[in-house]
Amino acid sequence: MNNKLYGNLIFELSHPGRRGYSLPKNTFGHHEIPSNIKRSTDAALPECDEMTVVRHYTNHSENNFGVDNGFYPLGSCTMKYNPIINEEVAAMPSFSNIHPLQPEHTVQGALEAEYNLQRALSALTGLADFTLNPYAGAHGELTGLMIIRSYHQSRGDEKRKKVIVPDSAHGTNPASAAVCGLEIVEVKSTSEGLVDVEDLKPLLGDDIAGMMMTNPNTLGLFETDIPEIAKLVHECGGLMYYDGANLNPLLGVARPGDMGFDVMHINLHKTFSTPHGGGGPGSGPVGVREDLVRFLPKPHVVKTSEGFTTEKGCETEYNVESSHVSTFLGNFLVSLRAYVYILTLGKENIKMVGPLATLNANYVKECLKDVYELPIDVLCKHEFVFDGLKDKSTGITTMDVAKRLLDYGYHAPTIYFPLLFHEAMMIEPTENESKETIDSFISIMRTIAQEAHDTPEIVKDAPRTTPIGRVDDVLAAKHPVVTYRQMLQEAQ
Amino acid sequence: MNYKYFPHTEEEIQQMLDKIGVKNLEDLFAEIPEELRYRDKWDIPEAKSEMEIRSFFNALGNKNKQLTCFAGAGVYDHYTPSIVPNIIGRSEFLTSYTPYQAEISQGTLHYIFEFQSMMAELTGMDISNASMYDGSTATAEAMLMAFNASHKADTVAYSETLDPKIISVLKTYAHFHGVNLTAIKADNGMTSVQDLNEQLATGKVAGVIVQQPNYYGIVEDFTGFADACHKSKALFIINSVASDLSLLKTPKEWGADVAVGDVQSLGMPMAFGGPYAGYMCCTEKQMRKLPGRIVGETKDSRGQRAFVLTLQAREQHIRRQKATSNICSNQSLMALFVTIYLSVMGKEGVKEVAQTSYDGAHYLCEELLKTGKAQLVYERPFFNEFLIRIDHRDDFFDKAVAAGILPGVKVGEDQLLIAVTEKRSKEEVDALVALL
Repeated sequence: MNNKLYGNLIFELSHPGRRGYSLPKNTFGHHEIPSNIKRSTDAALPECDEMTVVRHYTNHSENNFGVDNGFYPLGSCTMKYNPIINEEVAAMPSFSNIHPLQPEHTVQGALEAEYNLQRALSALTGLADFTLNPYAGAHGELTGLMIIRSYHQSRGDEKRKKVIVPDSAHGTNPASAAVCGLEIVEVKSTSEGLVDVEDLKPLLGDDIAGMMMTNPNTLGLFETDIPEIAKLVHECGGLMYYDGANLNPLLGVARPGDMGFDVMHINLHKTFSTPHGGGGPGSGPVGVREDLVRFLPKPHVVKTSEGFTTEKGCETEYNVESSHVSTFLGNFLVSLRAYVYILTLGKENIKMVGPLATLNANYVKECLKDVYELPIDVLCKHEFVFDGLKDKSTGITTMDVAKRLLDYGYHAPTIYFPLLFHEAMMIEPTENESKETIDSFISIMRTIAQEAHDTPEIVKDAPRTTPIGRVDDVLAAKHPVVTYRQMLQEAQ
Repeated sequence: MNYKYFPHTEEEIQQMLDKIGVKNLEDLFAEIPEELRYRDKWDIPEAKSEMEIRSFFNALGNKNKQLTCFAGAGVYDHYTPSIVPNIIGRSEFLTSYTPYQAEISQGTLHYIFEFQSMMAELTGMDISNASMYDGSTATAEAMLMAFNASHKADTVAYSETLDPKIISVLKTYAHFHGVNLTAIKADNGMTSVQDLNEQLATGKVAGVIVQQPNYYGIVEDFTGFADACHKSKALFIINSVASDLSLLKTPKEWGADVAVGDVQSLGMPMAFGGPYAGYMCCTEKQMRKLPGRIVGETKDSRGQRAFVLTLQAREQHIRRQKATSNICSNQSLMALFVTIYLSVMGKEGVKEVAQTSYDGAHYLCEELLKTGKAQLVYERPFFNEFLIRIDHRDDFFDKAVAAGILPGVKVGEDQLLIAVTEKRSKEEVDALVALL
């Protein structure tokens, strides 16, 4: 962390007259832009020399924490290693310097990569075909729900407007359903943390479009009743949606398509190692069973005897076989990275991803459950949830533990999610973490538990070694200052 | 095992299994019903070494053809300063995630605040979010924002001069969300004021969406549009090409409530369609209706200025189905791209880029017209892109591609949409004209 050089905004380093760029001489002759379409004042962008810009962002990068910096057990986010070779391929000009509207015979390599990734994802999940167009997991959910509605609409079944979502679901599930024009019905979890089949039964009927599930769920538990749940939902005419946020432990172990799921999304930035990039770009490919392939959004890459091409939608009218969720074929360079990852792992190694991720998670759980509260003590998959410290008398909260971890050089787990427990702390070590990394984390977690008892003020005041201390969220929301211009106005 | 991405030795695996209390890795999945396990060989290729990966992707890449680009239609071949890809490749940025832990994410939070500030400057608007997936989905989010803000009006009207790719996305989102989406007719390449007013007169319109420059490259005159919209309580939404805003009248100056678009034009590689990012800005009045991440200023426990994700009460992880959108990430790394690009190009550079592109396009247009084999489809002011009718268009197009030039994007039977950026030299422009 870079305490010394904390703080400046690039605007504060700007000096009128400085330049950071050089362009060739304009030899086209000056053409006057009509004054009625010109802006009246310049955009107040910074004026900096090149090195000032380089130093500014290099220093700021040191106030960040990534997977390459250290252990990042952020639950449900699968912060696995992002292989450097993925980046090298994505930077090749032969992929990055092509226009999306070039004639297809000039982009056969790009189309082949997309097609082969679609096929590989199908093989790994057991679904018939994929679209790579959705830009993120939430976007994939929305696309998947659109496909489910398209299926019902194509059969003239307009009354199916409810979607069942477990109470442990990611917040995006209900939000995506709402954007898709669906109503949410919540199904409860049992005390074992699984979907309550008895609670589900009365919810089923001819108004149900489908059910969204994460498996393993957000508690990291495999939904063992999935065959029965899928059967019940199918019997009532609904479709099963698989939220692929937690696919990693099943990679090489089991396939959603074999569990009765009809539609799913994958987060390439989780299971398939593409970098999270500070919050994106990600990618949320959506897969479907055979009879739903026609509802995949357009354009869609297919293989013909003459090579690779795209099926296009209808430009003039919307119809169920012509939905569009992106301008082109999604985040192409993200797809390309995932394809590199799959080819690098190959069939021999991909089967070890799920088992090693699951091994690491269970090991952490077993080594800490005597000092942290484990509400459901069973085998977990890639992640698990503690409900804060076991000893509740210290007054030390999950937030405090999370902040203290930062002092010790670890990223915090996901906290206060899922909502089933008040002090939730969701821990996901991925398959890439070594035993000694995990052992050090365990040891620090135990140290913090001890500190909570002996010197609680140290934990309460954490973090101390980071460039800034705890931030005032309330101040930020109560009096929003979200641009430099507003900041300057405030100062006056 | 001993594979480069897996650190576990056999011995360590055994120690860990012992601690867990199971015999082998297989037993970690004991609760999964056997019929759900996959026991076949995985139908993907065998592992490739790094050298094999390199040669495989070199060969695959060679099946693509890099062309001298005169295509636009939303994606422009602008110059990328060398520092931009270099810095966004720093792994502290690249391998981090959403800045939930503000204390160790100030790098990300700082640049998002700078991004918001810069997009607000370019558009003239008060507020910006931390970026969206792309320009089309940002426009769809603006449509939903207008629809959800109104209790009575159920219609959003878009101009037919919008890019058809954006319209397709709008139609899809509208269909599922229940928005009555209507088209405002085009009149000789521009949005029909008469049709706009007739639609607004129904009192059913919650939002109006236009594009600047529009799909045909034409700079439209939106004088009076905002007043007409506001009289009918409709939000006025403008989609603009980000780089052109350094010289063009801003969405704010046209009276927009929401400004959206794609930032690809700010030096981003064309990358066969992505990743890019969308931007979404609005007036202060609309701030709490804005979807997506927003970063704000605050103070830390030591009294220092700090930045943090804010206004989260709008978002899905708090509001679930009542959220302003289901979006839970931004295109953060692409927002960083834009921020560094705008920092190094600066106040003057962005204008020079736009002016050179404008000059190049007007020069090319004049030269094409001089041949007598081309006519402008619309006699309207354009920026760096124009729609032109070309004699024997398909022959011309194929001849150009064979010569390593992408001469534009085909529109209709005999037209080409041609764009010029500062990256095109006079020699390249002349070479294209010579093919006609």
